[in-house]
Amino acid sequence: MRILDPTDERVPVRRSLAARPEGVMGTVGLLDINKARGDVMLKHVQQRLNELLPSVAVKYYRKLTPARPAADELRQQMLGECDFVIEGLAD
Amino acid sequence: MTSLPAFSLCDLEGHQCSFPNNKASLLCFVREECETCHLSMPVIEAVYRAYGDRINLWVVGQEDNQKLRDRYQATVPILDDTTLKVSFTYQVEIVPTIIFADVSGTEVTRWEAFHQGDWKDLIARLSQLTGVPAPAIDWSQLPALRPGCGSKSVEPGILERLTAEAENSPLRARRIEIGEREDPFEFMFDQGMTDGLPVIPPTPERVIRMLSGTRRDPQEVVGTCAPNYAPVTIEKIAVNAVMAGCKPEYLPVVTAATEALCSHEFNAHALVSTYGPCPVIVVNGPIRKRIGMNMGINVLGHGNRANATIGRAVKLILRNLGGLRPGEIERAALGSPAKYGACYPEFEERSPWEPLHVERGFDRNDSVVTLFQLEGSPHQIADQTSRTARALAGSLGLGMECGWHPKTHSVGDVLLVISPEHVDTLWRDHWSKDDLRGRIQEITSRPVRELLPTEDYGGLGAMPEQVALAHGRTQEQLNRLMPKFKSPKNIHIIVAGGPAGKWSAVFNGFGDAAVSVPVSHKIEEVV
Repeated sequence: MRILDPTDERVPVRRSLAARPEGVMGTVGLLDINKARGDVMLKHVQQRLNELLPSVAVKYYRKLTPARPAADELRQQMLGECDFVIEGLAD
Repeated sequence: MTSLPAFSLCDLEGHQCSFPNNKASLLCFVREECETCHLSMPVIEAVYRAYGDRINLWVVGQEDNQKLRDRYQATVPILDDTTLKVSFTYQVEIVPTIIFADVSGTEVTRWEAFHQGDWKDLIARLSQLTGVPAPAIDWSQLPALRPGCGSKSVEPGILERLTAEAENSPLRARRIEIGEREDPFEFMFDQGMTDGLPVIPPTPERVIRMLSGTRRDPQEVVGTCAPNYAPVTIEKIAVNAVMAGCKPEYLPVVTAATEALCSHEFNAHALVSTYGPCPVIVVNGPIRKRIGMNMGINVLGHGNRANATIGRAVKLILRNLGGLRPGEIERAALGSPAKYGACYPEFEERSPWEPLHVERGFDRNDSVVTLFQLEGSPHQIADQTSRTARALAGSLGLGMECGWHPKTHSVGDVLLVISPEHVDTLWRDHWSKDDLRGRIQEITSRPVRELLPTEDYGGLGAMPEQVALAHGRTQEQLNRLMPKFKSPKNIHIIVAGGPAGKWSAVFNGFGDAAVSVPVSHKIEEVV
């Protein structure tokens, strides 16, 4: 029997990881996706970063809703301002 | 005049005969089981004996050619078209079909069935062309006219196979061979193509048949489907519609729903949510009856092919094209039975109100789908005692307050399904849909102080307005009344269900009104 492929036929893209830096420096961005209590977790992270790495700047960003991808403007802003990003993802 | 396609076929001795070949040609398409073909064979043989050395005269046989020759002891060459490819390419629908072509291969004349007059005209033309007198045929023994039979090339199942295999096949999807000893149903489970239930294998023939339900180009891209944002063509919709068990006449509904699904406003990306929302499809307009949808007893349940398979097809499109697979990118904590599909028609004829699509700006005679992103499982609200519209609307409002969380107010879109008995109670007092919406907002309005979390319950969810009020609130803010829904317009109302039973139902939605907007899309009219 012959059937037609119901999928998009795209071969999965293999993405390589970004180069791992030696240490944390510059600016760390914290992305709050606006999920309930995500801010609580990220504020703890911010506090620990400030204690452990006082020379590192920490910036806080927020998506409007967890249910949509981040807006292009926000992504571009974070790309320009951050060296690292930590995201409070999902539940 | 039409230039006929070239072909090459073998006669029963295995000699290859090619068309065109610098001679005028008479092609006679026949099939052995056709009585009119049998009636025609002696005439064809006589014409061959008269002109066969001057022109190509070929019988193009669709089946049992040896039997046909033996029965008439025919000397006319019979070309083997049992693959039916030439019959298909020549668009032969009736046998016998007689085609006369000039030396360049251009069609001069064509007729179907048996017509004495056409044969006589042709013989006169051949006499003039060749200078050979007409053969002796006793026309008095033949009818003036006899209808033919259907060509084997247009029989159901065969036509679709020939269309799929033709050089100009409309199909472009990758073909997957399943081994002879493999069970196609198990194979499709193994490949992750199903929703957990068996699917109909989408063979090229079935997909061609499905595509007969639309006039649109199979390669037209109708949108990109989240979460993978894969391009969706009409052909891919048809493949998944076959798998779901749809009939071709459902395809325009599936397509319109897919177009709505791919819209920015609907935001299908949110279907990955732990909340577990589903696309809930409402169908309005004449197509509901044309495709036999169930609007009555058990409307939100099982048992009707159109209701069941249209919703399932959309979910298979999300899975196979959008990549929405549970446990992978789809993260529903619980999900719901409607994750298999949710599609319901409005019982417009049983409603005193404007149907949903008319409220949303369409003409009553338009067929329209409206997609909502909601919890798939309806929550039933019982009220068997109310005898006034006000009392019943109050019950419905209180029943609807539990959506998302009873203390979460100012939420987004919901779909309220009013049963026939309930709509009668509302209409007896001449209540409009807006009256009902107003009463629901009124009875669910609570002071903000009652909606804030306490030691005994939580419930804020992610409502930004309430979260803001929870910090630095004033007495005035705490006393402010907040209705359940952000706006009365978030309460979408349809009428559906069986004749007896004082139950209505609500499909609850996202607490956050910004996540998804209901989207309506007009359905292609094919008839």
